[in-house]
Amino acid sequence: MSDANNAEWHRVAKTSEVTDDEPKAVQVGAEYIALFKVDGTFYATDDVCTHEFASLSEGFVEGDVIECPLHAGQFHIPTGKALSPPVEEDLRTFPVKVEGDDIYVQVPKG
Amino acid sequence: MTADSGFVVIGAGQAGGRAVEAMRKAGFAGRIVLVGEEPHVPYERPPLSKQLLSGDDGPETTYLRDRGFYREQDIDLRLGARASAIDPSARRVLLADGDELAYDKLLITTGSRVRRLAISGAELPGVFYLRDIEDALAIRARLAEGAALAVVGGGYIGLEVAAAARSRGCRVTVLEMEPVVMNRVVAPEVGRFFADVHAAQGAEVRTGTTVSGFAGDRRVDEVVCSDGTRLTVDLVVIGIGIMPNTALAEAAGLAVDDGIVVDEFGRTSDPEIFAAGDVARHYNPLLGRQIRLESWQNAQNQAIAVARVMCGSNVAYAEVPWFWSDQYDLNLQMTGVADRWDQIVYRGDMEDRRFTAFYLLDGVLVAANSVNLPRDVRYARKLIESGARVDRDALADPAVPLKTLLEA
Ligand SMILES: Cc1cc2nc3c(=O)[nH]c(=O)nc-3n(C[C@H](O)[C@H](O)[C@H](O)COP(=O)(O)OP(=O)(O)OC[C@H]3O[C@@H](n4cnc5c(N)ncnc54)[C@H](O)[C@@H]3O)c2cc1C
Ligand code: FES
Repeated sequence: MSDANNAEWHRVAKTSEVTDDEPKAVQVGAEYIALFKVDGTFYATDDVCTHEFASLSEGFVEGDVIECPLHAGQFHIPTGKALSPPVEEDLRTFPVKVEGDDIYVQVPKG
Repeated sequence: MTADSGFVVIGAGQAGGRAVEAMRKAGFAGRIVLVGEEPHVPYERPPLSKQLLSGDDGPETTYLRDRGFYREQDIDLRLGARASAIDPSARRVLLADGDELAYDKLLITTGSRVRRLAISGAELPGVFYLRDIEDALAIRARLAEGAALAVVGGGYIGLEVAAAARSRGCRVTVLEMEPVVMNRVVAPEVGRFFADVHAAQGAEVRTGTTVSGFAGDRRVDEVVCSDGTRLTVDLVVIGIGIMPNTALAEAAGLAVDDGIVVDEFGRTSDPEIFAAGDVARHYNPLLGRQIRLESWQNAQNQAIAVARVMCGSNVAYAEVPWFWSDQYDLNLQMTGVADRWDQIVYRGDMEDRRFTAFYLLDGVLVAANSVNLPRDVRYARKLIESGARVDRDALADPAVPLKTLLEA
């Protein structure tokens, strides 16, 4: 599947693999992506923190906020916005869709 | 003084840097002067014993913000400038270069300095301490492959230096006085686990060893231990703790007791003077006592909370202490205060290099150490904050999500 804006949908996980408390890391090409579930909705953001090197999918979710496992920087999951020091730079977010029990993420062609 | 006296902050480290940002963010539009002795804009120190030492990063990777930020925010940065006195009655700070700064409110974030070893040879070239960027770069320049490094002090910073030096192919010996490493911050079993990891990585860890001196003609080439053994070295890094920079505050007549004494709002014994970070001995409402912390979390978050108070907030700084250390591929996190406990419960297996040690006192969680399980420590912080009794069997069982203990 492809899209007009030169982005492709990739099947990345089963819905059962992502829970509210335990996000999941997936890789699409060269992109490391974290999948989140907040109130029944799935979201995808960069998995790598914008501060130093940490995998956000190993972080701590509270409501719609992900807290980095290394230095507790916080991001808003739906928008990727950096919320509290030490993080300043936002995360990229990726469109997500669910078909049956499959999660798809749309990633720009690299 | 006049309305445009504004805020003066002494000490442009992590706490000072976070404080001035927070003052602007809180809407303070008056004058802000940040005075710092170091030539650098405020930076984070943790990478000095980690990425900066093992990799080839430049010092600017540790900066909180670039210089332009302070210009945009209209923050008057005085770098390479030392405050030499505070006159609380005139509300003035005197700088070593003779300048004087008037303040309405003053924040002291002077941090700490390394404890020095007063033994023979400690002044020889090749003997290093690690506190600032220049120290880290000087040490890094000497960590050549095959170089012999002795680390004096098996605290977490010494062990991080050992790990970085191993990654550069140095021969490393860690000399620790106590029977176990990281004695101050982790359980003895966890300390032994780390000593074993270092040994497996090729660093020799000698516990129960006291260093009595250094020898060398023009530079250090031997470490002398009190049991008479001698060690041939190319360089030495000493990491035996730090002391708060309280001299200015003391001379100004502020209450000082191993740190500048402040309340939960960061207020010193002078209502217009505040302190935060390593230098502050503060009241922590969650712990119900005074404590001085030497950590990144405290430097950042206490400074932000105190800066907001200076801008009119009435929210106290109240967080469960937390900090971390990275050694090889291990991320160690510690939370709570592990000075009194009657039981330690383990979750997970040390052999998997993923486990957590929970410290209990009368069935209440008081502290935790985790290796490669940062989420456990996050839940532990919440459990400590709640002060509730915890079910030991559930804590010990990795199949029981820690979240369910919070809901219990
Ligand atoms: C190598 C290393 C590794 C670390 N790793 C970790 C870690 O992994 N995790 C963790 O939680 N913590 C770690 N820490 C601790 C953490 O970095 C400190 O707790 C933190 O830097 C304290 O910040 P601060 O602003 O209070 O003090 P500092 O960072 O010490 O800053 C104080 C500043 O004030 C300046 N100053 C002092 N007196 C004057 C004066 N009279 N006039 C002008 N300026 C003055 C100093 O030059 C200094 O720049 C580490 C520290 C070091 C040194
Ligand atoms: S790496 Fe994420 S906050 Fe530091």
